[in-house]
This record gives sequence, C-alpha cells and structure tokens, in this order.
Amino acid sequence: MSPGDPLLRWDWFPGHLDEIAFRLAQHVAFTVVAVAVGFGIAFVLALLAIRWRALYGPITAVAGVLYAIPSVALFFLFIGITGLSFLTAEIALVGYTLLILVRNIVAGVDGVAAEVREAAEGMGYGRWRRLWRVELPIALPVIIAGLRVATVSTIGLVAVTALLGRDQGGLGVFIVEGRERFFATPLVVGAVLSVALAIAADGLFVFAQRLVTPWARGQGS
Amino acid sequence: MPVEFRHVTKRYAGDLDAPAAVEDLSLTVPAGQTCVLVGPSGCGKTTTLKMVNRLVEPTSGQILIDGVDVARHDPVKLRRGIGYVIQQIGLFPHLTIGGNVAVVPELLGWHAARCRERADELLALVGLDPATYRARYPHELSGGERQRVGVARALAADPPVMLMDEPFGAVDPVVRERLQNEFLRLQADLAKTVLFVTHDIDEAIKLGDRVAVMDVGGRLAQYATPSELLTSPTSEFVARFVGADRGLKRLSLRRVGELPLAMPPVARVGDEAGPARARTLADPFPYLLLLDGLGRPVGWLDRDRIPTEGLLEERLAVPMSPLLEPETTLRDALSMLLAAEVQAGLVVDPRGAMVGMVTADQIGATLRAEGGRTAEGRRPAAAGGTR
Repeated sequence: MSPGDPLLRWDWFPGHLDEIAFRLAQHVAFTVVAVAVGFGIAFVLALLAIRWRALYGPITAVAGVLYAIPSVALFFLFIGITGLSFLTAEIALVGYTLLILVRNIVAGVDGVAAEVREAAEGMGYGRWRRLWRVELPIALPVIIAGLRVATVSTIGLVAVTALLGRDQGGLGVFIVEGRERFFATPLVVGAVLSVALAIAADGLFVFAQRLVTPWARGQGS
Repeated sequence: MPVEFRHVTKRYAGDLDAPAAVEDLSLTVPAGQTCVLVGPSGCGKTTTLKMVNRLVEPTSGQILIDGVDVARHDPVKLRRGIGYVIQQIGLFPHLTIGGNVAVVPELLGWHAARCRERADELLALVGLDPATYRARYPHELSGGERQRVGVARALAADPPVMLMDEPFGAVDPVVRERLQNEFLRLQADLAKTVLFVTHDIDEAIKLGDRVAVMDVGGRLAQYATPSELLTSPTSEFVARFVGADRGLKRLSLRRVGELPLAMPPVARVGDEAGPARARTLADPFPYLLLLDGLGRPVGWLDRDRIPTEGLLEERLAVPMSPLLEPETTLRDALSMLLAAEVQAGLVVDPRGAMVGMVTADQIGATLRAEGGRTAEGRRPAAAGGTR
C-alpha cells in the first residue's frame, strides 16, 4: 500500500465476486452458529442462576474471565486442543457471547415488576409456568438487546478468526490478504462488508423485536 | 362459601420475640358477604388475606373455606379457585386486556374460544366495552380502567371467594368512589364471599357487610357490622380509629338511592321553550333542568332566563350539579355538594340518565334523624360480633 495507490481498484471486483459471496455467507454462518449455540448455553446457565441465585456469581465470574481473554490469545490457545478447525473458532466465539447473554436474560427476568410476579403467583401460576409464560416474555426486550450486542461483537470477532487460516474467517480473510499483499482493495471490501453485515443484523433484531413484543411499543422500553 | 379463621397466628421466622404479624385470629365470613379488614399499617391485615390463598403460611391455626382446611389443598390449584386483586393490580404488560382477563380460565384449561367469550363477558360486566378494550395493552389504559380489568381478571373463573388487597387505593378519589359503587352493584348480583383489605375506615363502612378492625400486633379489636361499629365501639382503640365524627360517618351507611328523590322541572334539548317556562314558573323549585336526547342532564336554566318562545338550546344551560349514583353514600354526596358549593346533586343511573335530585337539606334532615335515634340509647349495646 504505497501512498499513491487508490483505496479501491475497481478492476479487482469482477474476478472476485464469487469469493465475496462465499466469504459473506461464511461470515454469516459462523456468526449464526456462534450466537445460536451461545444463546442455548447462556439460556441454560441463566435458568440455573435464576433458580439457584447463589450460582449467579460463579457463572458470571467464569463467563467474565472468558470475555476478558484477548480474542487472538483464545483462538491460538484452542488450536493446541482442537486444531485449526471450525470447532476452534466456534468455541472461542461462543465463549465471548456468554457473559452478555447470561447477564441480559437474568436482568430481564429480574426486571419484571414485583406486582406482576405477585399477581401471577396469586392467580395460580407455578414457578416454572410463571417463568415461561410471564417472566421470560416480559424480559424479551432486554434479552433481545443482549442478542443484538452479542451478534454485533461476534461479527467483529469472526473476522479475527481469519488469523487461524483460510478455512474460516469470513470477510476477515480479505483483510488478512490485503495486509499480506499490501493491497488496499480487499482490505476495504472486507472491513466495509463486515460493518454493513453488523448493521444489517442489528436492524433485523430491531425489526424482530417490534414483531414479537408489540406490547412494548410506546412504553419506552 | 364461608371462610373461617380458627386461632390463626402468624409469626415471621427468627422473630420470636417481636409481636406476631397476626395473633390468635378467629372470625367467620359468612358465604356471600363482604368482610372488610381495616386497621393501621402493621396490623396484619394483608398477612391475614394472604394466608387464605397460602401466599403466606400461618404459624399455627387453621383457615377453612367451606369447611375444608386450605392447607389440605395444593397451593397452586387452590389459588386458581380464589379471585385475587392487589393495589398495584399487576396486569401482565405483554398480554392484551382480553388475554389478561382470560389468564385463570386458561390456567384451568378452558378452550380458547370459551376463554375469549368469558373475557368479553367480564369486560362488559365491569363496564369496559369489549370491542374497544379487548385488543389493547395495559399501558394504554388509565388507572381506573386498569383496576376494572384487575377485578374482571379476578372474577374470570367465577371463584366463590375473592381476596382484595386495597384494590382502590391507588386511584384518585372521584374514580375510587365510582369503583366502590361498581363493586357494590357487582356484589349485589354476584354475592361472592369477599375479604377486602383497606386502611380507609370510610371505605370499610361503605363496602363491608361486616368490618374487622385490627390493631397493631395482629389482634382483632372488633368484628361487627358497620352500624354496630359506629354506634357501639367496644374499645378506646376502635372508637379512636373510627373517628370522632362518628355521627357524620353514619351517613356512610345510607345511600342516595334510599332517599325519596325529588324531581325538578325538566325539559329536553329541542323542546318548545314556552310550555317549559310555564311549567317551571308553576313549580316551587326555581330552576329548569335541561336533559339531552338520552335523558342525561345537560345543565340548569334559571326560570327568569327561560325564553318565552323558540326552542330550548343546549347553550342556554349553565354548568351542572355534581352527578351522584344511587350507590353513593350520603356522606360522599354531602361532601360533593359542599365542594361544588351547590344545594342539589343529580342522581343518574349507570348510563348517565337522570333519576332524581338530592338536596343538602334532605341529607341534613337524615343526619338529624339518625343522631336522634342513637341518642335514644342504642349506646353501649352488647358487643355484637366480637370474640
């Protein structure tokens, strides 16, 4: 990348459209798997923490440590165990989603007004039915807020997994390539598409939330 | 179904030396009657209520509904058979009004169609048009409307017993008065066994068939009908709690609908002015009351201001007297008349149509008559109903 080079060389695009499509799809796939698996694990952990409040501290402590490990270090740490694979990348990506998701699920349920809980109990909801039918639905806006943050940060981290090799990394592969070849065009393409993907994913969640929580509209949540 | 407390005591764990929340409470609420638990904060009235549906378990003693100890029921199933209304209402924000009202029928496994039907029925019962309200969410309603939904929800599965914990405590006085009147109308039809908690002695006197006055430490100070409570309090505490203005409070025992209602000269908007004027001039009451097409009061016309010809128009009338309902107590009626600085209040039916007129003089006469009756020696009557 010498100062005189243009930021984008348009003649690069025609030969790379297929690869752009492939990497974009890969990026989406890695993100979806990481957030979906992460949500599944976080949901179980959050239920445990809600039922046995004493577990909440230890669960968030472990998730917090996972979250604090620099991503590159975590990726390379797992290479020793699971090799240069899809699994390595996903384990790390899932690990990063847990803290945010567990915290938001628990906070969402905690945020249910005391009188709503009391009314539910007084009308004959058992503990689990109350959680499923009353508390979790009311917590949805907070849970979806957690999913939005987890998804956007996962999209950023998927790009970093390109450092583990070309089998993963999604749009990050363009960034690594551009850096290696001192060629700005793929780098810009990788960065811009990855940001665009994050914005699109966020917008999708906002839309989904309006759809599933029509009651929260105009309520300021 | 009657509800009976037998030597019920509640002491919160680890608090053996502190006064009990409820101390050796024994009382029976006859089937179909309203028992109001009233007392200062800390008297254990809410705890008493919550022991009926086992949100709180008694330390000792028994509570029987229809002769069966509640401890023998599974608490979750027990609660589905008891209506429960709380001050903060606790509507579910994520369900529509219809969904909220249908909650207990759904818990009981009714078919969806029947749940919806029942929800509509109950919304209509509490005075909310189902078509307007069923698809709305709780945050779109006013406080009074929400409280009506709370009552509808508690009634949905037609439970024989209702627990109401300061249900009208959080709404403004005008709305509260109306909700109380609606409660009385509903209860006259439904005849539930109701336990009703309040800290407001006036509300207790107005709504209760029997009133249980509780003292701090959870002791029952007196259990009696409202009129017994007012005429013969059995202790200093009850006398002080009922208040020095017991004479005035007795007006709470009488309702507007029980008085012989007078009728002022009336005419409808659009009537000929001439004949209306003649009628009013011939009447001892110096004002003409203008009604709209549905019989609802519009306003007053001074008899000297009635045009001699043409039609009566709405703009001729001057602002209204307070509107009273047949269930309004004489005490509330009097205070509304005093507040509005007028001599007469108009009594309307639930649709707002004119029924008759009540004057401050009439209420004053009732007060004098009632006062006379007590002076004649109903004073230290037997301590009725206390145990």
